Amino acid sequence: MATILAVDDSASMRQMVTFTLKGAGYDVEEACDGSEALGIAKTKKFDLVLSDVNMPVMDGIQFVTELRKLGEYKFVPVLMLTTESAGDKKMAGKKAGATGWIVKPFNPEQLLNTIKKVLG
Amino acid sequence: MTNAAQQKINDAVSGANSDDEQQYLTFIMAGEEYGVDILAVQEIRGWEPTTVVPNAPDYIKGVINLRGTIVPIMDLRSRFNLERVEYSPVTVVIILKVETERGERVMGIVVDAVSDVHSISDSDTRNSPELIEDLNTEFIRSLVSVDDTMIILLDVQRLLTIDKKVLHLAEELAKESAEPSAKESVADIEKDKK
Amino acid sequence: MSIDLSQFHQVFFEESFEGLDIMESSLLALDLNEVDAETINSIFRAAHSIKGGAGTFGFMQVSGFTHVVETLLDEIRSGDRDIEQEHVDLFLICVDCLRGLLSDLQAHAEPDMAQADELKVKFEAILAGTEAGVESSADSNSDSTAEAATDAVLASDSHSKGWKIEFIPCEDVLCTGNEPYRMFRELQDLAEAEPDGSMKVIPHLEKLPDFSEMHPEMCYLSWTIFVYADIELSDMEEIFEWVVDDCDIRYERLSESNQLSAEQPGIADEVAGINTDSSAEETTAVVKAAPDAIPASTPEVIPEVILEPAAPIANAADANAAEKITEKAPTKAAAKTPAKAAENTSIRVSIDKIDGLINMVGELVITQSMLGQLGQEFDMDRVQRLQEGLGQLEQNTRELQESVMKIRMLPISFAFSRFPRLVRDLSKQLDKEVDLIMIGENTELDKTVMEKIGDPLVHLVRNSLDHGLENAEERTANGKSSNGTITLNAYHHGGNIVIEVKDDGAGLNKERIRNKAIEKGLVGEDETLSDAQIHDLIFQAGFSTAEVVSDVSGRGVGMDVVRRNIAELNGTIDVTSKAGEGSTFSIRLPLTLAILDGQLVKVGEEVYIFPLVSIVESIQLEKSMLNNITGNQFVMQLRNDYIPILCLQDIFNTGAEKKDLEGAMLVVVEGDNEKVGIVVDELLGQQQVVIKSLEQNYEKVDSISGATILGDGTVALIVDVSGLNNKPLEKNSDDQTQAA
Repeated sequence: MATILAVDDSASMRQMVTFTLKGAGYDVEEACDGSEALGIAKTKKFDLVLSDVNMPVMDGIQFVTELRKLGEYKFVPVLMLTTESAGDKKMAGKKAGATGWIVKPFNPEQLLNTIKKVLG
Repeated sequence: MTNAAQQKINDAVSGANSDDEQQYLTFIMAGEEYGVDILAVQEIRGWEPTTVVPNAPDYIKGVINLRGTIVPIMDLRSRFNLERVEYSPVTVVIILKVETERGERVMGIVVDAVSDVHSISDSDTRNSPELIEDLNTEFIRSLVSVDDTMIILLDVQRLLTIDKKVLHLAEELAKESAEPSAKESVADIEKDKK
Repeated sequence: MSIDLSQFHQVFFEESFEGLDIMESSLLALDLNEVDAETINSIFRAAHSIKGGAGTFGFMQVSGFTHVVETLLDEIRSGDRDIEQEHVDLFLICVDCLRGLLSDLQAHAEPDMAQADELKVKFEAILAGTEAGVESSADSNSDSTAEAATDAVLASDSHSKGWKIEFIPCEDVLCTGNEPYRMFRELQDLAEAEPDGSMKVIPHLEKLPDFSEMHPEMCYLSWTIFVYADIELSDMEEIFEWVVDDCDIRYERLSESNQLSAEQPGIADEVAGINTDSSAEETTAVVKAAPDAIPASTPEVIPEVILEPAAPIANAADANAAEKITEKAPTKAAAKTPAKAAENTSIRVSIDKIDGLINMVGELVITQSMLGQLGQEFDMDRVQRLQEGLGQLEQNTRELQESVMKIRMLPISFAFSRFPRLVRDLSKQLDKEVDLIMIGENTELDKTVMEKIGDPLVHLVRNSLDHGLENAEERTANGKSSNGTITLNAYHHGGNIVIEVKDDGAGLNKERIRNKAIEKGLVGEDETLSDAQIHDLIFQAGFSTAEVVSDVSGRGVGMDVVRRNIAELNGTIDVTSKAGEGSTFSIRLPLTLAILDGQLVKVGEEVYIFPLVSIVESIQLEKSMLNNITGNQFVMQLRNDYIPILCLQDIFNTGAEKKDLEGAMLVVVEGDNEKVGIVVDELLGQQQVVIKSLEQNYEKVDSISGATILGDGTVALIVDVSGLNNKPLEKNSDDQTQAA
């Protein structure tokens, strides 16, 4: 089954996302900031990455920028979890190399639908 | 306590009951046979010295250490106002547990000897006849006849409740029987007035 | 499939409260002259997380309120606005407000939005007071173009039977993980969901370079897509939402002119079935293109396509849903008292502590198996090995005990954290200038003890602030710095934790205390008392020498309650003070509640235990030391005190014969600030004992605080020293009633 890396500094969000995705059969690993996530990504290849934008240590934008530098992650779909409804904030993610975004708040169904569409 | 009885208890606790039937552990006290719901029986031990608890009712012998938990031990003869006896090597302590609103409560009762395990159906039991309202009748759930022997089934929950009201009643009864006081004569005078 | 989100609520509440604490301490730490960007960022992030989580888990009111807070914070962090004192004060009030709202929600109660709504208005006023950010005008512009666009579409014919899409992705579309094929698949699903819907995709290969010049990661293809279905433009736009900025996408309604002619090669036949039955409609072409293609008044012409935040499945306010608690959430408190706010019954433990514990258990297992083996084939030659093994066991157990106790230990900074705010607010209220120093914040203590020491500490600090510290004028007049200082200091000392609350204020006024005590009949007029004794009087019930009962403290019910609370934790509190220089309150607490240093004593056949911390001294009595009052009650002079003498056997009604006090063993204990001498038969050893509950299976017993199991397996009862002091009074009243 597909593997997903979920990155968010909020424990409750991580729990909700992990629970939702695992329930749908995905393998999930968590990280609480970009730096930790980068460390994990370097040791293992994931099929999809979900990342929050606002995080301490290394935020989502920086994380995606660094992630795309890793050869294995050039084409891996990366979705930003963002509460930013403003257009230019979404674009920042895209510019850094993200595939797209999911706007918070989202419910588990929306999350799963989007992921299913991306992973096929 | 016999191995057979212990075995029966083990079987009973693990076995399934038919709808109406419940299993009871019975024991002897002052020649009478009493029964308690087997599900309330946690274990059976021999008598061991207790640590006295100050200012406790006299039917509370004290407390023991039961694998790390402090468990009070009640002398049932005393509780039923029966004559006290000396404890012997065959004196038995039945450790009971009940659910109260405060949580689970464990207590041991000292009895003369353990008897048997019986399967008794509810329909066979009878209520005890309206007797004098004394302390003992509160603990009796019902009576049943098994093989021509009357077994008094006890309400374990009531038994293990150290009711403060009952406590005071007991104390007063004890006081009154010990020394006839001015109170009685007043009562007499009142009676005469009527 | 619907997921019950309420199982994540508790974690959300916990992390939100932590976030609020961070917000608060960051706000307090802000230096408005030199604003630290990282501090602003962390404040923003905290609010941002709370808003996000609240929205996700269905707490829409909190989310809505936090949104305005976050908006202002965002302006500040992006440099669009300077932060001012007014903002800081407002933010601090918001923290309090949010705490209240979240507590309400945690207790499954309706949150009271009154204050939040007021604050919201204030924030909106501040936000509106400045020029609206570029975004908002962009939004309104793009909204209007979107409306215009859709209007245009509607104005024409609304029954379009299809669309023609020109899709020219940018070359590096794949490098963002986007896959045109995925989008086509979605489009196809959309189309085929309509009755008779279908789709056809035609690739354009013109841009493909020579093989030698091809970069495999680049996308050189473009496509024309025919969608034969009546679907909404917005649905299609949603599919291409992520790539619309760097790709060229044009949507045209199908008409006679742009229909796919039957002759065109259909490479795309594999992709979608062809349905040539679609009839043409007349429409106006609607063009959507990448920003650079069309001059726009603002950077964004594209209307926003946002996934609607759907109403969450599990409504937070639904009490029933909240009852379904999985093992993830701490259940104990919630299950037993559903009305009460779920107490924080979880604890964060560092992995190191857990690993240490696991190691220790490992060693214990080794020792156990060694002893087990020894036991199997034992003979007297092996006694030494047995002793070694037992010594090993003792060490393992002690280490394990210490480690486990450490798990419940948290740094006292958790308890200290509320004081910067408290001191700030109070000093404002009292119009005094106060500096707060906190030392030893890393000192660890048991979690439960810490939770219970909070209120007493607050009382002491308030007391120092209110009564101890003088106002600025008085201080300077006395040659002191105008700022008063309150110091909180915590450190370990001999198996206890000591917490000091120190102020450099006026100190305790001995005269006033003494007079008040005389007034209250606690002390005789001609009694001589040491300074320490006078100072100690403030812990008496109803004692307060405050001239004005202030709102802050001084109702006179404080210090005795503080002492009692601390006694309940098996601790003690003392005060030292110097007039004009200040006072220091010292609280001494055992490092854990369940273990006690005990003095074993023998009374008759039974062993009892006195908490070591309550013992003043032990002496052997001589009758000459005693005085007899009222015929029954003995007292003894101990330095400046007269203390009552009680026989433990009488207190506990052991029925033993009346004790001859000559040569008897007396243990002087202090509980509730009163000294009592207890006569016992014999002093046994001292040891650490584990406190076991007597009430669990029995009842609360007067003068007994608990039980323990001695080394020989028997039970010993622990004496409640504060309970004993009531006994003399009771005895007296008994005597009186009997006389009557």
